[in-house]
Amino acid sequence: MLKDITLGQYFPGNTVAHKLDPRTKILLVVLYIVALFCAKGIVTYAVMGLCLAVCVRISKVGLKQLVRGLKPVLFILLFTGILNLFFTPGDRYLVEWGFLRISDVGLRNAIFMVLRIMLLIMGTFLLTYTTSPISLTDGLERLLNGLKKLRVPVHELAMMMSIALRFIPTLIEETDKIMSAQKARGADFESGNLIQKAKALIPILVPLFISAFRRADELATAMECRCYHGGEGRTKLHVLQYARRDYIALLLGVLVMVLVMVLARFGL
Amino acid sequence: MEPILQIRNLTHTYGVGTPFQRSAVEGMSFDVYDGEFLGVIGHTGSGKSTLIQHLNGLLKPTSGQVLLRGRDIWAEPKKIRDVRFKVGLVFQYPEYQLFEETVYKDIAFGPANMGKTGEELDRCVREAARLVGVRDDQLDKSPFELSGGQKRRVALAGVMAMEPDVLVLDEPTAGLDPAGRENLMANIRDYHRNKNKTIILVSHSMDEIAQNVDRILVLKNAHVLMSGVPAEVFQRAEELISAGLDVPQVTRVARALRERGLDIDPAVYTVEALEKQLLALRKGGAAC
Amino acid sequence: MKTMIETRELRFAYPADEGKEPVFALRGVDIAIEKGSFTVVLGHNGSGKSTLAKTFNAVLLPVGGKVYVEGMDTLDENLLLAIRQRVGMVFQNPDNQIVANVVEEDVAFAPENLGVPTEEIRRRVDDALKAVGMSEFVTHAPHLLSGGQKQRIAIAGVIAMQPDCIVLDEATAMLDPIGRQEVLSTIHKLNREKGITVVLITHHMSEAEDADRIIVMDDGRVAMDGTPKEVFTQVEELRSMGLTVPDTVDLLDRLRHSGVDVPLDALTVEACADVIAQAIARN
Repeated sequence: MLKDITLGQYFPGNTVAHKLDPRTKILLVVLYIVALFCAKGIVTYAVMGLCLAVCVRISKVGLKQLVRGLKPVLFILLFTGILNLFFTPGDRYLVEWGFLRISDVGLRNAIFMVLRIMLLIMGTFLLTYTTSPISLTDGLERLLNGLKKLRVPVHELAMMMSIALRFIPTLIEETDKIMSAQKARGADFESGNLIQKAKALIPILVPLFISAFRRADELATAMECRCYHGGEGRTKLHVLQYARRDYIALLLGVLVMVLVMVLARFGL
Repeated sequence: MEPILQIRNLTHTYGVGTPFQRSAVEGMSFDVYDGEFLGVIGHTGSGKSTLIQHLNGLLKPTSGQVLLRGRDIWAEPKKIRDVRFKVGLVFQYPEYQLFEETVYKDIAFGPANMGKTGEELDRCVREAARLVGVRDDQLDKSPFELSGGQKRRVALAGVMAMEPDVLVLDEPTAGLDPAGRENLMANIRDYHRNKNKTIILVSHSMDEIAQNVDRILVLKNAHVLMSGVPAEVFQRAEELISAGLDVPQVTRVARALRERGLDIDPAVYTVEALEKQLLALRKGGAAC
Repeated sequence: MKTMIETRELRFAYPADEGKEPVFALRGVDIAIEKGSFTVVLGHNGSGKSTLAKTFNAVLLPVGGKVYVEGMDTLDENLLLAIRQRVGMVFQNPDNQIVANVVEEDVAFAPENLGVPTEEIRRRVDDALKAVGMSEFVTHAPHLLSGGQKQRIAIAGVIAMQPDCIVLDEATAMLDPIGRQEVLSTIHKLNREKGITVVLITHHMSEAEDADRIIVMDDGRVAMDGTPKEVFTQVEELRSMGLTVPDTVDLLDRLRHSGVDVPLDALTVEACADVIAQAIARN
């Protein structure tokens, strides 16, 4: 059922990884991604892998959940792997079948590219697993606060994002309901060719859109009734505050990034 | 009377193998007879919604069977769509499923999915519209221009137009005002009378159930708590109350009168019947 | 007694399509809601009851006439926030008024908007959740709660503004009997213990039995106004407006027509049984 879909699911917990300020975690992920793109050889990838392993250990997120996060991107992983494997020219060819050739560089690239994407995805998933959507948007809003001077509507964007997150489960449930109701009237979503299948979606999409607009309208009124008038003069129930652990974590993050960059300079 | 639907030891468990495993329906068995008006009552979480989605094969039993005219509806899973044409299900707030450009087209969606065309289709649509009180001049309108109550009627007609043998209605009057509720129930009673088709009415309102159905099925915590004609069920008012369900206000008055020493049937559930008893009592001049 | 909300010759029409005459949903309403009172507004769909409610905190603005909230004119834009802070509103669909995906964040929404300091928000959130009996759900996800619980969260979200008045615009219409009971007992408690003025818009007659005052709307006007006993005993008039009377009153009305000497104003089951038993005993 649709209800089983999880989007950026959050696993509540009480570890250091959960307690870190969301801004720290977002910055760490940025550092991690930069470092990942600098990584060149076995040593640097090993350092990155080790970093992730340590973080996973600290956060107490099950390895199973982390690997499950890779499922939706399996196709991309395979595609990248195969593309790099067969179509990278190199000095030496290890295998040759007609036009399909695997070069030494290709093999190396394929392995590293796949590894890079895997590490990238697992790293960002670790962020969403340990940070509730609300503190995530909160953190983003605060980090991007400076952009307000450039007239970027940071507060509005963050508000939209958190409302979207709030309504995902509601809309999924609604889709389920509408699908059942149309099935009860004999709608058939499974058989037929692509065009017929696309057409079969109309009885779901039209009611879903209408209901989404109705909800948006009612929500806007309800928000106004609760004195919402934009971000001006707004206070917060939870105020983000850097603690000692945040500075330590950031320092470690920067150190690792520098280390990886230096090692990469030496082609390691 | 022949049973048209037989529910045999039906169990439905959500989230098997997860920490959230929970049976919404557990070992339910009961029969629904051809042509009867059956009321199903039970509060949220009693398993009502899960149960009714088994009757037309929207949900598959974890164990147990649903027999339609003696045949297991899942005997041929590929033909499950045919079951949905025989057992029509109207969900709660069905107006939120409307999608077509015109009322006519929306009502025609179900019967057209059955393969009906031409005059036959036209007849089904117009008859269903008439049954729920949608006027001919409204058929070419957009369903979204109608009032809330009218939309509800159109959605109901959309299922009635499939001319199912069993019509299952989940809270058809939810959110309507008293006049709207009464009008819609009158339409449903007319449909039952004219078509002689089986109706299963799911409702929170004991008063609505009491006034309309031949037989009541009371659900509690995924099980059938009791079933019988209204007089039998309301006889067991204590059990109903302890199950967190309401008894009709009239029944409560009758019970209060008995406590005050009057010889009144405690299972009476319509104002008319209680009035008659009271007047008879007065004529007899005797309070027991 | 002080006046919480007052309307004077209030008229309202929804914008009409071009070339069409606007249809007035409110055609001259004059009422005054007393501070601390519990008022139920009854009426069938389209009677104007919901429109009336929405003029109480400037969601809708009068087309003619005035609405005053504690003396403040709702047409004055500068007073908008002050008015909305004083008159909180709970709507029909519980899903469409919850903003955040954690209960405490949702309850904190209004005080955050009002710029209340953080420690004070915390206190208000905890107090509001306690007042609606939902303290144990502080960190829950609202979409997993029952309908009645969601509406209680919505009420808590309003209470956190520290309003003087709560308007419930058909807030019980989508709930099952248990949820409806939860919401009703919550607002009765708030009315009793915190002295919050309550205006409950509904078409469920049974919700009006315990009110101080019932206003019946019909065709954009006030058709009846009085105590539950005064209103419910006008059986014929209520029926002609598409409303029903409680079965108790219906029964007493029928008995009277058959010549039994019973009063009409015994609304509750117990009172009704009492008067009938007495009448039969006299016989």
